Amino acid sequence: MPLRIVVLTKPVPDPAAAAERLGADGRLDRAASPAVINGNDEYTLEASLKLVEAHGGEVTLLSMAPASGIETLRKGLAMGAHRGILVTDPALAGSDQWSTVQVLAAALRELEYDLVLAGFDTSDGVGGVVGAAIATMLRLPYLSSAAKIEPDPDACTVRVRRISPTGFDVLEAPMPALIVGTQLLGEPRYPSLKGIMAARSKEVVTKSLADLELDAKAVGGAASRSKVTGTTKPPARGATQVVRGTPEEGAKAIADLLASRRLI
Amino acid sequence: MTEPTPTGYRLTEEQTLLRDTIRTLAFEQIAPRAAEIDRSGEFPEDVRQLLAGQDVLALPYPVEHGGLGADLLTQCLAIEAIAHACVTSSLILSVQALASLPLLLGGTKEQHERFFPDLASGKVLAAFALTEPEAGSDAAALRTRAVRDGDSYRISGTKRFITNGSVAGLITVFAVTNPDAKRHARISAFAVEVPADGFKVARLEHKLGIRGSPTAELTFDDVRVPASNLIGAEGDGWKLALGTLDRSRPGIAAQAVGIAQGALDAAAQYARERKQFGQRIGEFQMIQAMLADMDARTEAARQLTYKAATEVEAGAHDATRWASVAKLVAGDTAMAVTTDAVQVLGGYGYTDDYPVERMMRDAKITQLYEGTQQIQRLVIARALLGKPD
Repeated sequence: MPLRIVVLTKPVPDPAAAAERLGADGRLDRAASPAVINGNDEYTLEASLKLVEAHGGEVTLLSMAPASGIETLRKGLAMGAHRGILVTDPALAGSDQWSTVQVLAAALRELEYDLVLAGFDTSDGVGGVVGAAIATMLRLPYLSSAAKIEPDPDACTVRVRRISPTGFDVLEAPMPALIVGTQLLGEPRYPSLKGIMAARSKEVVTKSLADLELDAKAVGGAASRSKVTGTTKPPARGATQVVRGTPEEGAKAIADLLASRRLI
Repeated sequence: MTEPTPTGYRLTEEQTLLRDTIRTLAFEQIAPRAAEIDRSGEFPEDVRQLLAGQDVLALPYPVEHGGLGADLLTQCLAIEAIAHACVTSSLILSVQALASLPLLLGGTKEQHERFFPDLASGKVLAAFALTEPEAGSDAAALRTRAVRDGDSYRISGTKRFITNGSVAGLITVFAVTNPDAKRHARISAFAVEVPADGFKVARLEHKLGIRGSPTAELTFDDVRVPASNLIGAEGDGWKLALGTLDRSRPGIAAQAVGIAQGALDAAAQYARERKQFGQRIGEFQMIQAMLADMDARTEAARQLTYKAATEVEAGAHDATRWASVAKLVAGDTAMAVTTDAVQVLGGYGYTDDYPVERMMRDAKITQLYEGTQQIQRLVIARALLGKPD
């Protein structure tokens, strides 16, 4: 039986551009930096693509983002996802995690799926709670820290290898289920150029809060339960010392340095 | 009110996405290999596989034959992005496109069906064999002979400086079919599948730069080629060669822009980090001026290259001039900017601890191949003044 997988993807500022900027309200200015798919989401997307390659099926990308998020979705479609859904609404600016969970859960209620995959956390917010909260809201089995995902579509179950402090736990749950992945799922692929060309003709559906029958006063920036009260910059990086030479010389120089600081 | 600038003056969303994808690929997978490719002088088979696997080599071919049907500007963006990391690697795409151009311009549908799918998938590499020991800038002086013999031609002669000549499975060979005809009508083009009886890679050159790109001397001793592999009609060779160069020179310009940008980035990074006299050298105005000039020249060369690619693609009446102007300016820019990058890095720039000395060596070839800078000037002057009587 083919698998229907929804991958939660968030457009985040491109770490390579290093152009992140905060607005006057202390929140990220999302227009200031080019967006890319959140790094951890690429790993869950890669895992999904491998699963549908093996079992057949479809991968749907789901994002809540400003309207420009459609470009980021296209990158996921270029990697091989089949279609995208973008929930976008001016009222969503300033959403906190609680609000994000309400919106994504509402969008998921309209879909049929076997698995929902979420990345471990996002590189901008670094909250790491949205996946778990959606599972709770939708009463889905929640399988976290997945290093390996093995669905059995005929039995309608999924088995996950969860990282634990001592190794792995093996969890099994009925589908549909929500899985939070880790980078151990495997390196994401590069989109092929043919994939990029094909992405043009793939379907991306845009939904507003009204489409999801959500009240703009109940979710989004207006309803956020957390506010940014202040921001501080991380301390400047100390002076860098570059060690040159053969690997042996380099290793010795680094070991001597660490020893001189009593770090080893 | 004047008409607004057409949006075509900016890259399309798709072009940007293609370029960024190739740039990431080049940065993550090719750049870390560049120094070793240069040091070993070995053809980077892994990079060829990578470019083939990601469909990069499919760019120049029509969609119906497994290609992506990319226009010349998009091909230039790809070449630039790869050359930014490793010029040798960018040549794999450049030469694949170059060697296929005579077929694209003059080949039959049957030839396209026969050759393009394997070229587009990267299964077969192609080479372009025009130059000979005694026919360099004076390319029409070539001596390689092709003699009709029933259903085939027999080709004999020597080709020199043939990029990828030792790794190609299909070689576009220019040869004299009618020695008595007027100078340019003597020549025809053939798609020669190798290995073949009588075909030999005589030797490989040891070069200043692009060291991982094999530059071969090829000998043809009575090599039999089916008549169905003649490209165009007998005597079309010179026309096909010139049409090819119009489309390939912007690609060399793009390569030069990629090298210049790579050197500028390396120099700027060094200027941010290197401290002398108690401050970062980037705070010295003499360094700032050098970097600013390098950036301005590189950007000017880039925009000229993009414009030339667009004009050539559109079939402008002065396409030949555009191609030569871009190649001339970009090649000289690459040489100047890489030389300045070595200067910014000082003694370190002269060592292989940093990539700029390699880039400087690689840049030199862009002033030499596909027409030396002197030939470009000749072409431009002819466009201005008309052909000599």
